Amino acid sequence: MSSSPIALSPAALGAPDRRLVSLGRVRGMGVFLVLLGVITLFGLSLSIPPSEHAQFLLTAPPAVSVPPLSMPVRWVNVPLAVLCAALGALLIARGRRRGTYLIFGAGTVAFLWAFLAWAARGGTLNFEQLLAETLVETTPLVFGSLSGVMCERSGVINIAIEGQFLAGAFLGAMIGSATGNLWLGALAGGFAGGLFGALLAFLSLRYGADQIIVGILIDAFCLGLTNFLLAQVLTPDQTTLNSPSTFSPVAIPLLSKIPIVGPVLFDQNVFVYLAAVLLVVVNVALFSTRWGLRVRAVGEHPKAAETVGIHVLAVRYRNVILGGVIAGLGGASFTIGSVGQFSSDMSSGLGYVALAAMIFGRWRPLGALGAALLFGFSVSLQSFLAVLNVGIPSPFLAMAPYVITIAVVSGLVGRVRPPGADGVPYRRD
Amino acid sequence: MRLELAGITKRFGSLVANDGVDLVVEPGEIHCLLGENGAGKTTLMNVLFGLLRHDAGEIRVDGETVEFADPGDAVRRGIGMVHQHFMLVPVFTVAENVVLGFEPTRRAGFLDRRRARADVARLSAEFGLEVEPDAVVESLPVGIQQRVEILKALQRDAQLLILDEPTAVLTPQEIQALFGIMRSLAAAGRSILFITHKLKEVMAVADRITVMRLGRVVGTARPEETNEADLAAMMVGRSVELVVRKAPARPGRDVLELSGLTVVDERGVTVVDHVDLRVRAGEIVALAGVQGNGQTELAEAITGLRPVTSGSVRVDGLDLTNATPRQVIRAGVAHVPEDRQGDGLVSGMTIAENLILDVYDQRPYARLGSLDLGEVRRQAERKLVDFDIRAASPTVPVGTLSGGNQQKVVVARELSRPVKLLVASQPTRGLDVGSIEYVHRRIVEERDAGAAVLIVSSELDEVLALGDRIAVMFRGRITGVVAPGTGRERIGLLMAGMEEADLPPSAEGEDGAVTALDLT
Ligand SMILES: Nc1ncnc2c1ncn2[C@@H]1O[C@H](COP(=O)(O)OP(=O)(O)OP(=O)(O)O)[C@@H](O)[C@H]1O
Ligand SMILES: [Mg+2]
Repeated sequence: MSSSPIALSPAALGAPDRRLVSLGRVRGMGVFLVLLGVITLFGLSLSIPPSEHAQFLLTAPPAVSVPPLSMPVRWVNVPLAVLCAALGALLIARGRRRGTYLIFGAGTVAFLWAFLAWAARGGTLNFEQLLAETLVETTPLVFGSLSGVMCERSGVINIAIEGQFLAGAFLGAMIGSATGNLWLGALAGGFAGGLFGALLAFLSLRYGADQIIVGILIDAFCLGLTNFLLAQVLTPDQTTLNSPSTFSPVAIPLLSKIPIVGPVLFDQNVFVYLAAVLLVVVNVALFSTRWGLRVRAVGEHPKAAETVGIHVLAVRYRNVILGGVIAGLGGASFTIGSVGQFSSDMSSGLGYVALAAMIFGRWRPLGALGAALLFGFSVSLQSFLAVLNVGIPSPFLAMAPYVITIAVVSGLVGRVRPPGADGVPYRRD
Repeated sequence: MRLELAGITKRFGSLVANDGVDLVVEPGEIHCLLGENGAGKTTLMNVLFGLLRHDAGEIRVDGETVEFADPGDAVRRGIGMVHQHFMLVPVFTVAENVVLGFEPTRRAGFLDRRRARADVARLSAEFGLEVEPDAVVESLPVGIQQRVEILKALQRDAQLLILDEPTAVLTPQEIQALFGIMRSLAAAGRSILFITHKLKEVMAVADRITVMRLGRVVGTARPEETNEADLAAMMVGRSVELVVRKAPARPGRDVLELSGLTVVDERGVTVVDHVDLRVRAGEIVALAGVQGNGQTELAEAITGLRPVTSGSVRVDGLDLTNATPRQVIRAGVAHVPEDRQGDGLVSGMTIAENLILDVYDQRPYARLGSLDLGEVRRQAERKLVDFDIRAASPTVPVGTLSGGNQQKVVVARELSRPVKLLVASQPTRGLDVGSIEYVHRRIVEERDAGAAVLIVSSELDEVLALGDRIAVMFRGRITGVVAPGTGRERIGLLMAGMEEADLPPSAEGEDGAVTALDLT
């Protein structure tokens, strides 16, 4: 067979999609950075008396210690402001090119540095602890959004993350406490989440029930159930059933000695490491393996998947249950990972935040991590600012993480597109 | 493979889509399945491929009765299928789509992307179906998607290959290449079940022909014993006029004026390049060209579905450059998009709802801010009769209609309100001969009522039959505007990129005549 005699224009064949950020968005990001630079210059630098200093505490054992960093706020912030604005101007001038997010990220870091210096003026900020708390806030969100990714990439919406968190937190605490074995507790947490994953899968896949409704019902049910069991079972027997110990931090040799980031990243408990491993595994599996290709095919166009012999419902069952297990583990991290006790509604809506992080992260594990980190950082920053007493009323501070996450993410991410068949029941004729 | 279908019956509720169908395909045979829109061809193939469960009857493969629980079973028994409505994952690349389900992997289940790409490139070269393995499928015109769908079925080395209307959007060259592939597969003992509405193709390639109507087999034939007119009559149950009857055009004022129209697509490729074109009231301009040379994008730019980079679009004096689709509709422009499922219909909504998507907020359908459902239904019932849309009722989801009947719904909607300009891309894609006759007649009626008509078609017969003038596009540019009497050969040269100015003033065409060239 000869090749077709008529030459085709390259347009006909379609060049690879280069996924560049749109011009309007690049310019918007540029203008935003310039504005931040101007605000920093006038609001956070020139208004400060030249003599005022801010001190950042940088490191704690076991890392090699670094002396605290003391900075004259005004003279540090002026160059940072200029840098931030200059990066913004650079973005505007460059237009659509690769590296947009990198430049934007650099500008944002410059601004944050200046902001922290301003907030800590005349005092001390424990920088290391700020990072450590960010990580603590972020970890459960990573579990939650990975659970969401697992489910939604296969076409099932998982609103039940919140409920799976609670179930995992409860059972993790109870089993961990009763057996005295934290590993069994973690296992039980995963099991509890998986159980509700299975319920979601069963109702929505077998009976085609609306996935959002089933998810919300599971959330409400888990809240009620854990509250009831807490009052009836755990509280009367507090010492045996609701006082597990917690996983203690495990320092990774050498890595944990790195100044500043070492203790933050490499001297953590097993849940943090597990979240990191799962993040990498899910990301790689989803985009680089046969399994992932099939899962995405099922989530985008189940009928097409079926015509090549993929069992759509089997893939969905498996993913929704696995997603439940991951959320359950995240739930267990609340109790046996940090607090050491189950209390009523202890996930306090973070399951929904995790879901939002996944959406902001465009249904990608690494994107979700970005959004989760942003939220986690805003939460811990807010608690620091409350202590530093910067003069912002506390209700506004409490709102800040949500506002910042929504504003930054919607500005950066733009139009997001869920998997084509997300939430659509699949029926065979 | 010897395939035998015996007494296959398939019902959808009260509708009997297949009614005791018997069909035998011998090894090494190219078997054509003909039948009007909604006759039950696709349904029968879906049953055979394990996508649908039949209510009665038997499938026998090489004498052995088989039950396919799902397409996986069918594929394992050596059956491959090219689906009428492509089974492609829009956000995947061409290579990912082709290998899905049969992925080459390295250790631990990791995809071997390089091998997938190489496999696709090799297949594409071997079968003369050019594709770019890394292109994302949804960014491709339907003609190229069709190639991907064919490559997907070919790679599996099937013993029985089902081709459900694979030629509806292919170019003549690609169709010839496909026939070559089919013949060599048949020569190697594979069996082929081929569905098409183009009788010429049937006559050219079939060993045996089975004709279906209303879910039943109404006859079989061999190409040497029959002719196109007989086949057409057997299909639709009446004799069909295979040529378009139309009076000479009496063009009036300019309605569509494109000047310097340029479109750069999202990948930065200039797909429409400084196009100047006028279409006058009362004339049909047919835009010919090999799929993928910018015709689709041109139509989308006119109708507000794609941003115009430079130049202008005017309709009846009104500047519609970069107008929204709603403004375009309000300006009296109707559009039949090439991809009926992606752009033409909302497949989960009913036929009646789809028929009023463009006018739902106007009288007589809307009153005091609410829909007059009775009126919507009455109008829909009329359209079903007028356009011979085969459906149980106007309230079934449009997605359950046969491919050709879905196409008729789009055409019916667009021809249902007074228009100044009709832009129709592949208006008869997937229609049976009877329906083509009707749609062509309606398009000519629109013209005679004073509308300007721009037809985009990769079907040269359609271009020659409908066009009062024929514009040829190549790589985003109009390489010539000629009269319909122009020989096919000359048009072919223009389609291949020759400039009209470079051609001898009177080229020898098959039908010889060259009428005065009307350059715009
Ligand atoms: N899933 C479904 N639910 C209900 N009715 C259906 C479904 N699929 C097909 N039908 C009906 O079955 C009949 C046969 O459809 P089919 O798609 O087999 O026709 P076809 O011969 O392939 O026509 P075309 O040439 O237009 O593709 C049609 O009337 C169609 O409306
Ligand atoms: Mg069909």
